[in-house]
Amino acid sequence: MRKFLLAAAFAALSTPAFAANTDAGRYQSVLGDCEGCHGKNLAGGIALVTPFGKLVTPNITPDKDTGIGSYSAEDFRQAMKAGIAPGGKLLYPAMPYPAYAHMRDSDVAALWSYLKTVKPVKNSVTVNQLKFPFNLRFMMRGWNILFFAPQPYADTAGKSAEWNRGAYLVGGAAHCSACHTPKNMFGADKGSALTGAVLQGWFAPDLTSDRAAGLGTWSVADIVEYLQTGRNAHSLASGPMAEAVENSTSKMNEADLRAIAVYLKDLPAGKGNGGAATGAEAQIRAGAVGYDISCAACHGRDGKGSALFPPLAGNATVRQVRTDSIVRMVLAGGKAASTPKAPTGPGMPSFAWRLNDQQAADILTYVRNNWGNTAPAVSAETVGRIRSALHGS
Amino acid sequence: MARILPKKDAVIIGLGWTGSILAQQLTDAGLNVVAIERGPWRDTATDFNIAYMQDELRYAVRKDLFLQPNVEAMTMRNDMTQTAMPMRDYGSFLPGNGVGGAGVHWNGHTWRFWDSDFSIKTHLTQRYGAAKLKNLMLQDWGVTWNEIEKSFDQFEYLCGVSGKAGNIKGQIQPGGNPFESARSREYPNPPMQMPYASADWAEKMKEQGFHPFPLPSSNMSRSYVNPLGIRMGQCSYCGFCERFACGNYSKASAQTTILPVLMKKPNFELRTECEVLKVNLTADGKMAKSVTYVGADGVEYEQPGDIVLICAYGLMNVRLMMLSKIGAQYDPVTGKGTVGRNYCYQTSAGARLFFEDKHFNPFIGAGALGMSVDDFNGDAFDHSKLDFVGGAGISCTVTNGRPIGNRPTLPGTPRWGAKWKQATAEGYQNSMGFGSQGSSYPVRENYLDLDPTYTDRHGRPLLRVTFDFPDNDVAMSNYLSDQLEKMVKPFGAKQTAVARLKKGWNSVPYQSTHNTGGAVMGSDPKTSAVNKYLQSWDVPNVFVIGASAFAHNAGMNPTGTVGALAYWAAEAITSQYIKSPGALVHT
Repeated sequence: MRKFLLAAAFAALSTPAFAANTDAGRYQSVLGDCEGCHGKNLAGGIALVTPFGKLVTPNITPDKDTGIGSYSAEDFRQAMKAGIAPGGKLLYPAMPYPAYAHMRDSDVAALWSYLKTVKPVKNSVTVNQLKFPFNLRFMMRGWNILFFAPQPYADTAGKSAEWNRGAYLVGGAAHCSACHTPKNMFGADKGSALTGAVLQGWFAPDLTSDRAAGLGTWSVADIVEYLQTGRNAHSLASGPMAEAVENSTSKMNEADLRAIAVYLKDLPAGKGNGGAATGAEAQIRAGAVGYDISCAACHGRDGKGSALFPPLAGNATVRQVRTDSIVRMVLAGGKAASTPKAPTGPGMPSFAWRLNDQQAADILTYVRNNWGNTAPAVSAETVGRIRSALHGS
Repeated sequence: MARILPKKDAVIIGLGWTGSILAQQLTDAGLNVVAIERGPWRDTATDFNIAYMQDELRYAVRKDLFLQPNVEAMTMRNDMTQTAMPMRDYGSFLPGNGVGGAGVHWNGHTWRFWDSDFSIKTHLTQRYGAAKLKNLMLQDWGVTWNEIEKSFDQFEYLCGVSGKAGNIKGQIQPGGNPFESARSREYPNPPMQMPYASADWAEKMKEQGFHPFPLPSSNMSRSYVNPLGIRMGQCSYCGFCERFACGNYSKASAQTTILPVLMKKPNFELRTECEVLKVNLTADGKMAKSVTYVGADGVEYEQPGDIVLICAYGLMNVRLMMLSKIGAQYDPVTGKGTVGRNYCYQTSAGARLFFEDKHFNPFIGAGALGMSVDDFNGDAFDHSKLDFVGGAGISCTVTNGRPIGNRPTLPGTPRWGAKWKQATAEGYQNSMGFGSQGSSYPVRENYLDLDPTYTDRHGRPLLRVTFDFPDNDVAMSNYLSDQLEKMVKPFGAKQTAVARLKKGWNSVPYQSTHNTGGAVMGSDPKTSAVNKYLQSWDVPNVFVIGASAFAHNAGMNPTGTVGALAYWAAEAITSQYIKSPGALVHT
């Protein structure tokens, strides 16, 4: 039946029904943030650095030779939902098929009808640049057996339609878990969904209702505002999330953003962040001085930030269990999301040249344990490790 | 042979204040726009890093953000009998370089010229008779106050100007400038918080019967969201404005008010480190067809376009017109020709007061932080018994307490050694100053043309500046110094020093970057290079936007009027020109 419907759609390329389907498909590409990995023109070529080596994203334009122009609708569905490309080639889960497996076939079909309409681009990509033995694709068969048990999405009884829509988006097309769920040594999700994870030198924060590290202090409206604009009274999106906001969430419709927010607010609290720094009084004292000199002009002596710069008081980003993002922000700086509703995209400058490892650790320990924030201390060793990683990248 | 690129609807030369405003307005109207910028890309977080932006040696002394003479120099002389010599370094004025232009490192004074400026000849002739204007080449600007007021308003709300209105729709407002022309509404932000020196000075001015008001400032008195949705931060009064970029998003610039929106538009493209060599005209010289530029790769490109907007620094606009043969060169002997005519500058003097046991704390400063009086500006006072026209604004600003440049000492203090050290230690906290920034009126012999001898790295002639302070302006400035002498008396200072302007402009010490004229606007093609919409009389698809269009310079900082002219020209292009291309004014 599905195949028949698709065939009918292709036979009627210029009808309003087809246009509606491509619009629906374009929206699926927004939900899935295809551009984020495959590029603005979807021709791929963007390197994803994983713990197993480098993967370069493939060309998903309808170019026959270098893209997916020779795919059938069923080929595409198999790639999206089973991680298997034509010829039985096994995809790596950097392509989040474990999440897309939850998508309804109708949404995948709509996405396919949209992808057929984008401009074909000739761009030949060598996708697999992983280290041995991870470059052996057949190994993914074992991975799939161990970690991939695709379940079609089913609504949870007793939850509202809005909650279920949120669950469908978060677990499916929007693939939030790809970044925010901790991974095991094989790069597969392990338990405690959406409690935060390290990737590409950033820590994607806890999205549970934990009050210390998660979204426990955010309202549904706060989450919607953040996803829609890249900012709210608590925080400012930067790093990979700034890209996700710019390419994807800022273009989602408000009902879907609300659904996501309602679902996230209902996630059980994670394990917190380990509580306040103990025995770090000297660090906090030194950090207070350093903060006044280097940080207070923008973030305020009261840590409340301004209309432009994010507060640090009550900002969950600074209270995560892992400090990769905030250390990186201090050392390398960062640029906030810029969206139609909040176009400024202010930047944080690099302080790497001005603060040594100990000074940065002291300031961050102070920030994590002041104005009501509580979180474990940051060590100079951690700052040093991240500084070396930044130099290496 | 230049590589020819695909045609654009509009080609903008220079992405500073005017280029950014024009690009924003024209892309909003649906045009495909490319901006070609000689200098580098510059962005707040990466290039104006607040962690090192206060490097006075790098930015203020070595002038890191400015145009360097090896890129473009000028030759200077005081009068036509002299041979102009090329400058070795920019001194008297400091043009900007790169995206944002001089709007990156300005102070933020955002004034409106007055009704009586735009119609200066008519106004002064009616009040004093034609004989009063003697040898001055004063002329009306072709645009009236009522036409352009809305454009000032647009620029002020874009920038988030902090100030106090003095005249809203004819109603004089307490605390504002009673001499300003009627504005349609209040400033978008309240005035800055005044430092001690400025607040005390304003009290003394009031006691003397003058009308002090907070000077209009594009430093943010509070956080602000402008009409494009772009956010700016509250000024931290750090004292690193002029010669510096703001690392705090607190000083209006193209970066902080326009670029976050403009740079994302699919119908806008920016090419940096691309130097425009000339605008190419059709064989009959009546239309521009393209611009030729050298790219960052050293290759020459030709960019065709339907409209060419010359939006560089004013002096460079004039030179580019000359190099492209747009309009006829002004000749001071015959008085014929328009390009290079009515070059003006700024005519300033100052007072310094030294006290004992004061704590002025000059490190609490901002570029446009202070109080002003306009009682002696423009034609706010009666000139009928005076031997000049024009005037000056008088301001007490506290811009900085920077350790290298801010070393006030009394006249006669040794320039080095123990006595100098002692004097600067005393002068730092114990002295304050205020100054007059005076009008500069055009005369026949002050003008711009191409130098006959010296060329740039591309072999193009340099711009030659022939300028000295006219007798009228020297008389005006000395009259203002007389007023400063009277004003300092009630302060009870231990010692005072009031400067007096002399003839013989020297291009070495810094004075002001307010160069104006050379491609002035007007209603007569014999005396103006561009019409009231800043459209070239000779090549109607070329608009020349900037202080180059000022028919004279007033006793105020020019950027507010430059911004207004940019909006004014943009409106003419989007509402008139693109519907019906061709001359917008017929004579």
